Amino acid sequence: MAHFTKATSVKDWLNQRLAVETVEKVMASEYWIPKNINFLWAMGMILAVTFTLLTISGIFLLMYYQPHVDHAFYSVNFTIMREVDFGWLWRHIHGVAASVVFLVIYIHMFTGIYYGSYKKGREMIWISGMLLFVTFSAEAFSGYMLPWGQMSYWAGMVITNIFSLGSLHLDGLVEWIRGDYVPAQAFLNRFFMLHVFLLPLVIMGLIGLHFAALRIPHVNNQDGEEIDFEEESKKYLADDTKNSKVMRFANDFLSKDLMVVGFFLIFFFYLVFWHYSFALDPVNFDPADGLKTPAHIYPEWYFLWSYEILRPFPVDIGLIAFGFAQVIFMLLPWLDRSENTVPANRRGKFAIWFWVMLVDMVVLTAMGKLPPEGIFSTIGLVASLLFIAMWIILPFITKNEKKA
Amino acid sequence: MKENSRRGFMGKAFGAVAGLGAIGSLVAMKKSWDPLPSVKAAGFTTLDMSIYPEGEMITEKWRGKPIFVLKKTAEMLEAEKSDPAAQARNIKVGNDNFMVCIGLCTHLGCIPAFRKKEGNFLCACHGGMFNAAGDVIKAPPPRGFDIPPFRIDGNKMILGEVGPEYQAMKDNGVTL
Ligand code: FES
Repeated sequence: MAHFTKATSVKDWLNQRLAVETVEKVMASEYWIPKNINFLWAMGMILAVTFTLLTISGIFLLMYYQPHVDHAFYSVNFTIMREVDFGWLWRHIHGVAASVVFLVIYIHMFTGIYYGSYKKGREMIWISGMLLFVTFSAEAFSGYMLPWGQMSYWAGMVITNIFSLGSLHLDGLVEWIRGDYVPAQAFLNRFFMLHVFLLPLVIMGLIGLHFAALRIPHVNNQDGEEIDFEEESKKYLADDTKNSKVMRFANDFLSKDLMVVGFFLIFFFYLVFWHYSFALDPVNFDPADGLKTPAHIYPEWYFLWSYEILRPFPVDIGLIAFGFAQVIFMLLPWLDRSENTVPANRRGKFAIWFWVMLVDMVVLTAMGKLPPEGIFSTIGLVASLLFIAMWIILPFITKNEKKA
Repeated sequence: MKENSRRGFMGKAFGAVAGLGAIGSLVAMKKSWDPLPSVKAAGFTTLDMSIYPEGEMITEKWRGKPIFVLKKTAEMLEAEKSDPAAQARNIKVGNDNFMVCIGLCTHLGCIPAFRKKEGNFLCACHGGMFNAAGDVIKAPPPRGFDIPPFRIDGNKMILGEVGPEYQAMKDNGVTL
């Protein structure tokens, strides 16, 4: 056994048993952050805060929600919204956060792409981040099922049908996933389990991995400059804070992070109190009916771009295109063949690629929401083909990039 | 050396036990997700085919899915004269011809709406279209409506059981 001395304080007592000082150093006071990063780097902290809000509001919703096909709809729309004191608040927080979290994830992702934060040594950060995105998508989808409204039911129908994999006709697999011929009680219960237990658990694990992946390559910076963190932190610790290129995470950088979080929270609660309805689809205020499809089925806004990639093609090609769109971002560190870790505006053709990709995804999102008719179908088809073509040419345009 | 082989043996023995357990639990997990016997047992529906009015699209329910039943009018049958694929989908009960099929779009499973005037089905989800026989006339749906397994008994139709007429349709590739 280690040698223990009489503790001089509570902290010392804990330190001897839990190494709290070491933890504090690793996590906060000697976790080094480059000085030249802008507010876009605060998105990670915003996501952590939003995830916390989702968890807490979720816990309160869970206390009155009933995962039963006959009661789910009323437990949400009557019990929680009208009877439970402040029930509406938890639901609005949960609904708005579920939507806004994707906005922030997309900003976080495109920031990473713009500044090349997925490159050379930072691949694991990117991969764990994309895994988080996929798990968050599954979490959002399973949560969308729970109020058991019309959109819940039909989204469940359509998405689970994707697993019959087009011409392969794996109807048995679809029935196995649902536990019934159509989305019914078994389906609701298992998505409830996924939403409140299994997926949150996976998300927490992945958040841990995402943070851990940051620890060794360290966070990127606005110029993509390679910083010798060892050297720079020595300067800092030697009180030469001015010349050091890094600073402590806590409490130095944290103050900036929290300021951005503050602005975000004002915006967030403005939505929660005055504009919550954008996150609640009107169709989902009709109870689920297996014998009536809503006139126009569309997913929540954050899935529209990949939904639109599925839509203009015949079923098999559509599924392949859809699968492509789901995994291709994960491969970005290898498809971008350039060594440069600098902002896109200093990378020539890649800058064009970045902005075209961004605009294309916005177009896909808009088309996904519009009915699939006439000119909208055509624009959707062109935008989908462009999306795929962009990824195919990426290795070629980045291969001969000049050293920036 | 001796020590090593003993540890090696223990490792392998443990691996075998754990492997068996893992396979067993995977089987249990798979089976736990299968539809319950009560769900499967409720999978039959009997329709009385003598009550349907001609040219009227009626939606029934079988295994939670909508079933389209359309008793063909003389004009509809006339219109199909030149379309053997459509004729092959007709189900004869007594002297009447019916279209009976699962009312879920074969694309991604929305319920298409019957448009009486045009005499066809439109799936609003992605714009798929089907004719009155249930054949697809506009993509993305890859094939016509699926026909549920059925058995004809007088003027009754039992959905969920496989009768000779259904088997023939399946063998001829009329339905999946
Ligand atoms: S589900 Fe009918 S066209 Fe897609």
